[in-house]
Amino acid sequence: MLNRRSFMKGLAGAATLGGLAACTGTTTRARAHVLVIGGGYGGATAAKYLRMWSQGAVDVTLIERNPAFVSCPMSNLVVGGYRELADISVSYAALQSKWGVRLITDEATAIDPARRTVSTAANGVLSYDRLVLSPGIDFITTAVPGLEGNFERLPHAWKAGPQTVLLRQQLQDMPDGGVFAMHVPKSPYRCPPGPYERACVVASYLQRHKPRSKVLVLDANAEIQSKKALFTKAFQGYGKLIDYVPNSDLRSVDATSRSAELEFDRVRADVLNVIPPMRAGSIAVRAGLPLVNGRWVDVDWLTMEAKGVAGVHVLGDALLPAPGMPKSGHMANQHAKLAAAAVLNLLAGEPPSSAPVLTNTCYSFVDDRNAIHVASVHQYDADKRQPMPVEGAGGLSTAASDLEGQYAFAWAKNIWADMLA
Amino acid sequence: MVRPRLRRKSSRAHAKKESKVKLSPILASLCLLGLGISNGGAAAAADANLARNLAATCANCHGTDGRSAGGMDSLAGEARDRLMQKLLAFKSGSRPATIMHQIARGYSDEQLALIAGYLSAQRAHE
Ligand SMILES: Cc1cc2nc3c(=O)[nH]c(=O)nc-3n(C[C@H](O)[C@H](O)[C@H](O)COP(=O)(O)OP(=O)(O)OC[C@H]3O[C@@H](n4cnc5c(N)ncnc54)[C@H](O)[C@@H]3O)c2cc1C
Repeated sequence: MLNRRSFMKGLAGAATLGGLAACTGTTTRARAHVLVIGGGYGGATAAKYLRMWSQGAVDVTLIERNPAFVSCPMSNLVVGGYRELADISVSYAALQSKWGVRLITDEATAIDPARRTVSTAANGVLSYDRLVLSPGIDFITTAVPGLEGNFERLPHAWKAGPQTVLLRQQLQDMPDGGVFAMHVPKSPYRCPPGPYERACVVASYLQRHKPRSKVLVLDANAEIQSKKALFTKAFQGYGKLIDYVPNSDLRSVDATSRSAELEFDRVRADVLNVIPPMRAGSIAVRAGLPLVNGRWVDVDWLTMEAKGVAGVHVLGDALLPAPGMPKSGHMANQHAKLAAAAVLNLLAGEPPSSAPVLTNTCYSFVDDRNAIHVASVHQYDADKRQPMPVEGAGGLSTAASDLEGQYAFAWAKNIWADMLA
Repeated sequence: MVRPRLRRKSSRAHAKKESKVKLSPILASLCLLGLGISNGGAAAAADANLARNLAATCANCHGTDGRSAGGMDSLAGEARDRLMQKLLAFKSGSRPATIMHQIARGYSDEQLALIAGYLSAQRAHE
C-alpha cells in the first residue's frame, strides 16, 4: 500500500519529473528543497508554513545571521523602558524541533539564480529548487554625510537588537532638559507609523522622569505618514514635550557634537536618532534582482517571484509594495503565506492561486499602555495584476485606548507564535 | 455540548511522524491530475487550498489555524454557523468592534463562508 512517506517523496519528485511519477510512489528522486534567507517576519513565517502545508514533504533550510529573532514591533517599548529586550526576543528552536526546518546561523553572501545556488560565509554553497528571500532592509548610509560608521553615537534602532538597547541607554543617560531629536526619512520606509510611535513612547518616559526635556521630530516628509489625526492628537497630549517639524531635509550629521544640519536649520541634540534612508536588504541588491528606483524589488504578485527571475520569491520590506500596502511585519507575514502556497503549487506542477488576499494591522502605542491601529484588506485585482486595498474596508481607531493596547500585546504574542512556534 | 465533528486532520506538521495517513484532498487531487483522470483542470486543484489560504490571513492575530496563543479569541473548532454569524455581524456593523468590522468588510460573503468552514474544521487544541 502507498503510505504517506512514499507518496510525499513522489510529490517532491514531481517537482522535477512532472505529474505522473507522483502517483507511482516508486521514484527515488531527491525531495524538493526550498531555501529561505532571513528569519524575520517574512522568512520565518514562510519556513514554517512551507513545512506545515506540505506536511513535511518539502525540505526547508533557513539561513539567518542572528542566533535569535528580535522583534522590531514592540521595540519602541524597550526604548521607552517599558519592556526588556528579552521580552521581544524569540528562539528559533521550535522551527527546528517542531517543524523540521534546518537552521543555518550564517550570512548569505551571494545568489546565483541561473544555477539556483546560494553562497554562505561559513557553510559553502547550497542549492535550491526554490528560494524565498526576506532580507528586510539595509540603510543607504552614504545618503547622509557624517552617518557612515557612526551608529554607536547616532543609533538608528530601526533593526531591533543591540541598537535598541543602545538608544535606550542614551535616553536614560540624557539629562533632564535635554533634547531627543529624531529624523524620519522620506517615504517609503520600514513601518510608516513607527517613528511617531517612538516619539510618543519616548515622550511618555520623559514626562515621568525628565519633564523639562524635549522630543524633536524632524520629518523629511510634509506630514505625519500614518494615523495622522491620531498621532497629532497624541502629540498635543504631550504639550510642549513634542515638537513636530515637517519638511525637514537632513543635509548632514556630525557625530561628535550630535548635531544635524538641515536645509534651513542646525540642531544640536543630546540623543540623535537618525532613521537613515533605506532600501531592500543588500543581498537582494547584490543578486541583481530588478529594483524600482534602485531600492525595492519588483515582484509578480501571484507568486511573489522577482520579475523575470524564476524561482526567487521575495517577501516583506524588501519589495516594492502594491498600492496602500505598508512595510510592516504583519504584511511580511501575509506575503510569506501567499509565497508558501504558490511555491508548493509550483513544486507540484500547479499554477498558483489566482485570487490571493492579504490583510494588514499595525498597532502603535501612544504611551506605555494605550494604542491605536490602522488596518486594511487587499484583494488581488486581475486587471491591475496586483492586490488592491478594498474600498470601504479597513480604517483607523476612533481614539487611543487601553483595550487596543491589550490587543497590541496579543497581536505580538500571536504573530510570533504564527511565525516561530 | 457536542463539538462539531472534525472533518480533517489538523494541519500540524508531521515532520517526525511517518504514520500511514489518508491523503489530504489537495494531494489526492494532485495525484489524479498527474494520472490524467481528473478533468477538473489545474484551477480546481489550486482552489482546493482557497479556504486554507484565506483562513491563514486571520492567523496573525488569532493564531495558526485559529488556535490563539493568548489574548485573542480562538476560532479553531468553533461551530461554522456561529463563526459565520459573527463575521457577518462584524461586516454589517451590528456587532460592535474595535477592528473586526473594518477587516470583515474586506472579504466577500463567499470568502467569509470558506474561512468559517475551514476554521470550524480545525482542532481546538494541538
Ligand atoms: C521601531 C519599529 C516598530 C515597528 N512596529 C511594527 C508593528 O507594530 N507592526 C508591524 O506589523 N510592523 C512593525 N514594524 C515593521 C517590521 O519590523 C518590518 O516590516 C518587518 O520586520 C519586515 O519583515 P522582513 O521579513 O521583511 O524583514 P525582517 O523582519 O527585518 O527580517 C529580515 C531578516 O533577514 C536577516 N538577513 C538579512 N540579510 C541576510 C543575509 N544576507 N544572510 C542572513 N540573514 C540575513 C536579518 O538578520 C533579519 O533577521 C516596525 C519596525 C520598526 C523599526
